[in-house]
Amino acid sequence: MLKRTSYDVVVVGAGVVGAACAYYAARAGLRVAVVDRGPVAGGTTGAGEGNLLVSDKEPGPELDLALLSTTLWRELAEEFGDRVEYEPKGGLVVASAPAGLDALNGFAAKQRTVGVEAVPVAADSLRELEPHLAEGLPGGVLYPQDAQVQPALAAAHLLRASGAERYLGEAVTALRRGPDGAIRGVVTERRELAAPAVVNAAGTWGGAVAELAGVRLPVLPRRGFVLVTEPLPRLVRRKVYAADYVADVASGSADLQSSAVVEGTPAGPVLIGASRERVGFDRTLRPEVLHRLAAQAVALFPVLRTVAVQRAYRGFRPYLPDHLPAIGHDARVPGLYHACGHEGAGIGLAPATGLLIARQLAGEAVEFELAPFRPERFDGTAEGSGSGAE
Amino acid sequence: MVNSTSEQVRYDLAVIGAGPAGLAAADAAAGLGLRVALVDAGAGLGGQYYRHPAPELGAARPDKLHHGWRTFAELRERLAAAPLVDHLAGHHVWAAERGEDWILHATRGPEAADRATVTARCLLLATGAYERQLPFPGWTLPGVVTAGGAQAMLKSGLVLPGRRIVVAGSGPLLLAAASSLAAAGARIPAIVEATAYLGYARGLPVLAGNPAKLAEGAEHAARLLRHGVRLRRRSAVVEAHGTDRITGVTVARLDARWKPVPGTERRIDCDALAVGHGLVPQIDLAVELGADTVTTADGTAALRVDAQQRTSVPGLWAAGETCGVGGADLALAEGVLAAHSVAGKPAPARELTVRRRRRAFAALMAAAHAPGPDWTGWVTDDTDVCRCEEVPARAVREAVTELGAADARTVKLLTRAGMGWCQGRMCGPAVACLSGGPVGRPDSRPLSCPVPLAQLAQRDGTTELSE
Repeated sequence: MLKRTSYDVVVVGAGVVGAACAYYAARAGLRVAVVDRGPVAGGTTGAGEGNLLVSDKEPGPELDLALLSTTLWRELAEEFGDRVEYEPKGGLVVASAPAGLDALNGFAAKQRTVGVEAVPVAADSLRELEPHLAEGLPGGVLYPQDAQVQPALAAAHLLRASGAERYLGEAVTALRRGPDGAIRGVVTERRELAAPAVVNAAGTWGGAVAELAGVRLPVLPRRGFVLVTEPLPRLVRRKVYAADYVADVASGSADLQSSAVVEGTPAGPVLIGASRERVGFDRTLRPEVLHRLAAQAVALFPVLRTVAVQRAYRGFRPYLPDHLPAIGHDARVPGLYHACGHEGAGIGLAPATGLLIARQLAGEAVEFELAPFRPERFDGTAEGSGSGAE
Repeated sequence: MVNSTSEQVRYDLAVIGAGPAGLAAADAAAGLGLRVALVDAGAGLGGQYYRHPAPELGAARPDKLHHGWRTFAELRERLAAAPLVDHLAGHHVWAAERGEDWILHATRGPEAADRATVTARCLLLATGAYERQLPFPGWTLPGVVTAGGAQAMLKSGLVLPGRRIVVAGSGPLLLAAASSLAAAGARIPAIVEATAYLGYARGLPVLAGNPAKLAEGAEHAARLLRHGVRLRRRSAVVEAHGTDRITGVTVARLDARWKPVPGTERRIDCDALAVGHGLVPQIDLAVELGADTVTTADGTAALRVDAQQRTSVPGLWAAGETCGVGGADLALAEGVLAAHSVAGKPAPARELTVRRRRRAFAALMAAAHAPGPDWTGWVTDDTDVCRCEEVPARAVREAVTELGAADARTVKLLTRAGMGWCQGRMCGPAVACLSGGPVGRPDSRPLSCPVPLAQLAQRDGTTELSE
């Protein structure tokens, strides 16, 4: 017979979002278990760059979440220090043409009204901030709140600090529910874990976990490639990207979109990422995707022309049709909570997600407008139904 | 044979790798009327196996260091006269793109203009293998070289890594390397082989079917005997000593699981150590294309091929070490078989026989030299496992016990082991063992070798971008 163990909550998913849920739930005094079919950071987290961005978000629910996360990441950085390679280095968004600069400044003005620090940078000051930036760019905006962590380390250390029991390399095969339909626990390949609450932090596979509870959550994959250069001296100080990136993130188009975010890392390599494609879980490399990333990086930093790209990696971002994550209790299944679908922003949004989920789990006041993230908001819509490949 | 690239040509077959498998395939394919591109990263033909001094060195007898030199010389001669074969030297292929045709993306140097593409109807992967390293304290000292590296130094530069060279590790390459080094004038105080060679006894019928292999082994053994070289079986170098350079090694007996037996340590003075634990198939391009792999008896990943050398990816063939390490004769035979399959011709009987016998021998060899599970016992906590990123074993072990890593990929993410210049080719097998995760699981690499950013940034002339 399967071994049976009891917890207050079982988190499904050992990526950064699951780890943050475990961390804040444990801090709220709950007994927590984390289950994942793979190792820690085995999915999207391990394929991410570690962007903690407010700069790319327009005023709205996601930006509110990002601003809360910015504060939480600062607190976490004090606890974890260098171990998660937290760098509050700021972001620099540059316009590539004068018309783009007007749009960027308009965007920044709106962001400032909700608490984003956004400092206009004149053309002649750009190279004081980034000495190797291309000449002739019309200007940009500096975002001091943008920061970076190493995502796998962040997930691993949050998970360890949570003290949660880890069941890694065990797929969840079923969710146990009582006669009233309420969650009673999870069944894995090796055991049964009893708990009155389950958090679905399964990222790209969030839809499959929801399905185990008989509810629909149309999480889809959006593929990305990141280029990694050879180790270099610090040529790029901040996160630097072209203004059209903002349009790409919000775009609903299935076509390839990319505007390279270029940044240095403490270990030396410069990261250039990331492309955005909707091709389901297809892993086939299209060299043209890499060409575009490389061309955009070289356009921003001509000095990179002579460096070697040492490797590239790919990942699949989990997104929902309206590009907002699902966060909070599922009104359809008592005891089921969702924390997934963060697309390319999961590392940044993880602490706020974890904190809000933990407050709900502990029955505390949430004091944050969660309505836009309601997991059941896609019921009765045709959006996102069907297969993962659009 | 033309020694240049022509980007306008649509080849019938592109062969990646100009070692035994690739040479034999290109030769056979041209003989069957196919237009062939023989693509290789090196400047000349031959690959690692037929490595030979550059002509400028004026070596009088490069054949002295080689088995089967005559086979190579004949292949080279025939290919030089073959109008259907283009030798594209110095091409490092970083991706193979599948479409109507294959498009190989290659880099030829550091400049933006050094980008090349090759278009072909069929693709044969004959990329060979690289050496497996298992770390031990002191393995990063100058004077410690790989067994194959020592042979390569000898074959291409006619230089020895030292004057008094211990040869250690496991596998038939040790005897071959020691034999070459001794013949070139080095003193070999010991060959330290981790297995007992008893594994071969279980395959007597296989051995009987491979008399050439036995003769080759006997020839090495006889030469080593003449030079008074001692073979220590069931032993390993568990530490290399020295400060600026290696001055000696500690050798210990191993139990059946390769755990060093306490009290059996013995010091041997030397000024070089050539160490290797067999070969790992070089299959990055095929893995990235999603080709099926098998795990060989010694825990490496090799491509799964059918009787016609076809991989699971349509239009992609493989031959030689990429299908499991088995030596040059096997590679030659598989190259010929692959070429016939590409041309739609029936397989020649001689090569079928060679393949059957040599594949059986390869399986026996892999099983006999598979690393024992407890070899990690000689890796102290402060031994650097990944030498590119200087990651000690302690960090790898902590990632597993403290942070929830359970495989090589996660250890890499948490420690940087395998993220440096060699991209884990050196430390990959060791990290997989230390992580307790599956061994023989291939890495997926969108780029199979480094590419200058300027070349990536440049659009190639053959693909249309869909906006």
